[in-house]
Amino acid sequence: MIGGFNSVMFQAILPEILLLVLGAVILTLDLVTPKQDHRNLGWVTAIGLGLIVLVSLIVGRPGAQSQELWGGMVRFDWMGFVFKMMFLFAAALTALLSTDHQEVGQRGEFYLLVLASTLGMSLMASAGDLVMLYLAIETTSIPMYVLAGFLTRDQRSTEAGFKYLLFGAFASAVMLYGFSLLYGFAGTTSIYDLATGLRAGSIPSSSVVASLLLVLVGFGFKISAVPLHFWAPDVYEGAPTPIAGFLSTASKAAGFAALLRVFIIAFPSISIEWGAVATTMAVATMTLGNFLALAQKNLKRMLAYSSIAHAGYTLIGLSAIAVSAPGSDAAKFGISSVVFYMIAYMVTNLAAFGSIAVFERATGSDEISAFNGMSRRAPGLALVMMVAMLSLAGMPPLAGFISKFFLFAAAVKANLIWLAVIGVLNSIVGLYYYLTVLKYIYLYPPAEESAISMSKPYTVALVVLTLVIIVVGTFFSPIYDWSTAVAAGLF
Amino acid sequence: MQFPILSVIVFTPILTALILLMIPGERKNEIRVTALAAAVIALALSAWVYFSYDIAQGGYQLIEKYDWLPALGISYHVGVDGMNAPLVLLTGIVMFTGVLISWKIDDRPREFFAFMFILATGVFGVFVTLDLFMLFFFYEIAVFPMYLLIAIWGWKVTREYAAMKLTLYLFIGSVIALVGALAMYFVSGLGTFDMLALEQANFSPEFQKIVFPFVFMGFAVLGGIFPFHNWSPDGHVAAPTAVSMFHAGVLMKLGAFAALRVGVMLLPEGAKEHMWWVILLALVNVVYGAFIASIQTDFKYVIGFSSVSHMGLVTMGFATLSREGMLGAGVQMFSHGVMTALFFAVVGMVYDQAHTRQIPELSGFRKVMPLVTLAFIVGGLVSMGMPGFSGFVAEFPIFMGVWKTYPWIAIAAAISIVITAAYIIRIIGKVFFGNLPAEFADHVHDVTALDKIALVFLSAILILVGVYPSIMTPLVESGVQNILRLLGGA
Amino acid sequence: MAFLENHLLTFILFFPVAAAILLQFVPRENKDLLRWISFIASFIPFILTLVVWFSFESTVPGFQFEEKFVWYAALNSSYHVGIDGISLTMVLLTTLLTPLAILASFSIQDNVRAYMSLFFLLEFGMLGVFLSLDLLLFFVFWEFGLVPMYFLINQWGSEKGEREIWGGLKVPARVYASFKFMIYTMAGSLGLLLAIQMIGVVSGTYDLVELYQRWPTLEGTLFGLPIGTVKAVAFWAFTIAFAIKVPVWPFHTWLPDAHTEAPTAGSMVLAGVLLKLGAYGFLRLVLPLYPEEAKLYAGVLAFLAVMAIIFGALASYGQTDFKRLVAYSSVNHMGFVVLGIAAAAAAAGTESATIALNGAVLQMFNHGLSAAGMFFLVGVIYERTHTRDLNEFGGLFPLVPVYGGILIFISMASLGLPGLNGFVSEFLIVRGSWPILPVYTALAMIGLFFTGAYILRGIGKVLHGPLNEKWVGHISEINAREIFVIVPLMILILWIGILPGWLLDVINRAVMMFF
Repeated sequence: MIGGFNSVMFQAILPEILLLVLGAVILTLDLVTPKQDHRNLGWVTAIGLGLIVLVSLIVGRPGAQSQELWGGMVRFDWMGFVFKMMFLFAAALTALLSTDHQEVGQRGEFYLLVLASTLGMSLMASAGDLVMLYLAIETTSIPMYVLAGFLTRDQRSTEAGFKYLLFGAFASAVMLYGFSLLYGFAGTTSIYDLATGLRAGSIPSSSVVASLLLVLVGFGFKISAVPLHFWAPDVYEGAPTPIAGFLSTASKAAGFAALLRVFIIAFPSISIEWGAVATTMAVATMTLGNFLALAQKNLKRMLAYSSIAHAGYTLIGLSAIAVSAPGSDAAKFGISSVVFYMIAYMVTNLAAFGSIAVFERATGSDEISAFNGMSRRAPGLALVMMVAMLSLAGMPPLAGFISKFFLFAAAVKANLIWLAVIGVLNSIVGLYYYLTVLKYIYLYPPAEESAISMSKPYTVALVVLTLVIIVVGTFFSPIYDWSTAVAAGLF
Repeated sequence: MQFPILSVIVFTPILTALILLMIPGERKNEIRVTALAAAVIALALSAWVYFSYDIAQGGYQLIEKYDWLPALGISYHVGVDGMNAPLVLLTGIVMFTGVLISWKIDDRPREFFAFMFILATGVFGVFVTLDLFMLFFFYEIAVFPMYLLIAIWGWKVTREYAAMKLTLYLFIGSVIALVGALAMYFVSGLGTFDMLALEQANFSPEFQKIVFPFVFMGFAVLGGIFPFHNWSPDGHVAAPTAVSMFHAGVLMKLGAFAALRVGVMLLPEGAKEHMWWVILLALVNVVYGAFIASIQTDFKYVIGFSSVSHMGLVTMGFATLSREGMLGAGVQMFSHGVMTALFFAVVGMVYDQAHTRQIPELSGFRKVMPLVTLAFIVGGLVSMGMPGFSGFVAEFPIFMGVWKTYPWIAIAAAISIVITAAYIIRIIGKVFFGNLPAEFADHVHDVTALDKIALVFLSAILILVGVYPSIMTPLVESGVQNILRLLGGA
Repeated sequence: MAFLENHLLTFILFFPVAAAILLQFVPRENKDLLRWISFIASFIPFILTLVVWFSFESTVPGFQFEEKFVWYAALNSSYHVGIDGISLTMVLLTTLLTPLAILASFSIQDNVRAYMSLFFLLEFGMLGVFLSLDLLLFFVFWEFGLVPMYFLINQWGSEKGEREIWGGLKVPARVYASFKFMIYTMAGSLGLLLAIQMIGVVSGTYDLVELYQRWPTLEGTLFGLPIGTVKAVAFWAFTIAFAIKVPVWPFHTWLPDAHTEAPTAGSMVLAGVLLKLGAYGFLRLVLPLYPEEAKLYAGVLAFLAVMAIIFGALASYGQTDFKRLVAYSSVNHMGFVVLGIAAAAAAAGTESATIALNGAVLQMFNHGLSAAGMFFLVGVIYERTHTRDLNEFGGLFPLVPVYGGILIFISMASLGLPGLNGFVSEFLIVRGSWPILPVYTALAMIGLFFTGAYILRGIGKVLHGPLNEKWVGHISEINAREIFVIVPLMILILWIGILPGWLLDVINRAVMMFF
């Protein structure tokens, strides 16, 4: 509805509006409250985000019909909604996990940057226009560059931030070039009109493919797919651990959301070639991520490669979409599986990084060998780590199992059985190194015997995450319904 | 509403595990007692289920079905029939005796029992499920605790290697079967994972022939089929006693059972097509396993390889696709389960005292552990297929079935009986009779009362089934009738 | 009481098991209590057998005292027991020898409770074979009897002696003997198992009574093989299994070791009853089910029987170990049994065949008595001298006259002296076989000559000749307990030798009605 305002338009961007409000609150509190109470900002952020989720769930839900609003800039549908809730949840947990993190949790700017990035992500997920999308991507990325390098006294952090900035800027520039080409070919920047525009202009498919590849560079960077994954290990290792968690989950999910939208909607005419690209990327990403993870001695780096591998798995779902007719059952199932996987992956990875954050505080190291005997020093924490690792490996009754199951089912349904088999074989490699981590945690004797204490924010966050992982893994029906709603509303 | 007894059986262990994790780790006796209470409950309920099955009525009973993900046709669907009722009882038995045998574990018993119970839930779930998705769900739950149980509490020399090898092997097998199962789900066009519906799906013979090997072999890996049996001996040896009991006694049956449920019952045409090489592999299991067992010097490796051999008999019985063969295989799963649990318990008891498992170094244990000796002799006689014990009740129909279908294989497999007898007798003579070496005499003493209860319990069951086979055979036969119907009709 | 009467055979069969269980409650140190309880308990089956004997109607064909219960329904196998004249004779032998063997075992000191329990389980196994009328049940008991015997030899066998096995490893002789016994017999049983399975598959039942009726007219194929081939294969499988047990030459090599190394009572039962299981198998299963095949191969069987007679005798003659001599004599005597069976097979239905068969069954009974007696006497002398080497003895008669007299008596029975039981049975066999298989019978007579030779040599070496000084004052006379063991045997030997009618009647009628 172009032109006049109505309530639906505000409904569509309700979370974003509330995020701004929360940002303002944080800023105010940061200025007003004394320095030593600043750690409460973390609680405020988290609770605030929780409230935003609640309010959005009550009043902000999209209807059965998806709508384009704000001049086509924003698309109000289930896809955007579900992903927004995910980002808000992830941000809340990140805030909790950062509350007691050294240097980081006491700074108001930190929470503000997180909120800003979250805002960008929400817009990414519901963008209906290329310009909007680009703006949203930048809004997401720039705060992230700063957040990655937030630990100014740590060389690795600074390096991480810088590397992320350089890579990201490069990727964005290439992507922008691709967007501009698309605008040139199609005559419109609206994602939903691109398809008709491209067809009407009878653009040779080679040109479209070229612009596709350029755009893919940008998205590929965001989801750390091969060959644009090189930044991930260093950045994850250097960034503050909760930020690494946030990056690996929410940012990646946002990338996938945008990817889904753009490629499914904008390029139906060349879906075959897209299929080849997608499957190649999927195989390369999975395999490289898993095999390089085997060699790692640093746990954060290992999780970085594991995240790359998981991006690969998600790309399987994407491949299933790519080789199926748009709007078909197989395509919809593929979309559902991607969404479900992102949800499951998000809670799992956050739990993993969260546990590392706690332990890191106590031992000061994130080498795998520092985690020896964690089970003796902190049995509860070890259990959380176990749940996270097993969920990453895809073991029931955890979220990772059912999400992988859907993914492989989508591949089989789309007649990509060979791809499912490769995915399965990769899971086995993954199982190996996840179990190895567990081995260190449970088997080897610890360097010290003292117990490790966890402060309240950590406990709350990790308990919530563990419960969600188990619940998603067992009572997956509601989440699945969401995913199918996303798929239905996307087209 | 009918009391959901099967669900109670399935979930009691994992709920107990959660309870255990909340007890402080130092309160070891409370932990043990809680674990034992749960095991007793599981055993009592599984025995109740076993004896209350109405053979005249047949079919699946005590059914519970709840929607889980209706959009994809996934439901929580459980029921017992003649094939899985004995296995449920077997799990209860092994769980109970396993807890008794593990009473002495002093390093983090809380985590030990918790992981073991998660494993038990997985096992129970697979045995009673009637939904294909649920089967995989619980199957995987049964795989990963093994890693932790072996890696943490196992034999220091090989535990990490064996644990990883076992877990990877089993995982590979299950995911390969998963891909096959997904193919079945989609091709059937029924949009449901319910196994009862899939039994009627009428897959095309070509489809069945292609998919059957993946599904069957994927599960049969857990059943220890040659050449993918390699994880089993190392896994058995490295694992702590109760875990070995579970592993050989129950887990390997899981593989054979799942192969039966998913491979044979859902893809009967594929089964008929491929059984000729399956039975050849099973023959290799039986004979080769027996040979290798006979040359081992480590007591536990002998038992480990003998499990490979006896599971081969199970596969062989199923592979005949005949009434007698499958009847025997069904009984053999139970009989071997109890027998091997007993064997490993005995090995554990000897090792705990002697701190060696090398047969040349062991002798004369009869003098200090007379009941253990007797129990091992009973187990040994079962293993040889001596009439009067449950091993004979199982092996006789298997051989009958093999005779009917592949007579030469029956003759070849019969060799293994003699080899088994030879090495069993040799071991009994060497380890238990003779003189007790001086270095053992001072610190080796008899086993605890709990250990004795476990051994007597297991031996009594082996003798009971051997002397009165009709306590089990009609039940298994009714389950076999169901399978034959699917094979004949398809 | 009615319950007892209706289930007499089951009581006889299971009472030993109950006795074995009862023994477990007696403290193991209380050796005397254990011995006496065992001895008295072993009388019960014997008394019950006598009850059966006197209520048995020998003129009625078929099996009596039958009982049938469901056992392994899925395979159509039931717990079916019953007796006819042949099996009743064997049951009587078993229940008679067991108390005597237990009485003979009073000198065992090691682990008495386990020993007695195993003995009862052994009796259980043997009785089961004789009583069962179901093939599967038959097999179960057949196999089951191996286990107690294995342990009896392995644990309580002769202390001295060593044998070398593969790899140069030296094991005690009794370990070697028990192992060989077990494996040999089990290998034979494999064939038995497979044959039984074939029968079960082809005819759909394991019940012997039904099989007797249906088997001759059975048609059909078994996986493509015509019924004739199936029957032939099963025939050979049965024959080999039973031949190992009897033992028929050349499957006899387990016997000398097993008999020699077993404890005294073990040898008594081994030679007295266990060997008869094989012959019984021939009578009960091979001849009735496979008359044509048996007829066809009777010549081969007779040949082997004669080999057993001659070589057994020659081997006995050459022995220096007293017990081994007696062991080979069993080969020799069982050869006669097999000869009689072979003759009966060759000419089934004729009068001579019946006579030969009567002789065979009677010889089974008689040999049981005399072999048990001989082994017992060997044991008696061994306990006093701790050697079995014939060359170590010499001229013992003046030192132990009562023992000497008894030894001569039993030896004469073994030799076949007229007036004693051996003569009656051997005469019947020869009389019956002569018209049917004259050549073999003639050769067997030569064997008889050798039999006389070795027995006389044996006695001579022990009792006669120059007195071996070292035994003077070191050897005690046979004591009261031992006399109690041997006297019943002597009485029976004499009684059957002079008035065989009471036993022969039962056997004769059974044989005539059965075949």
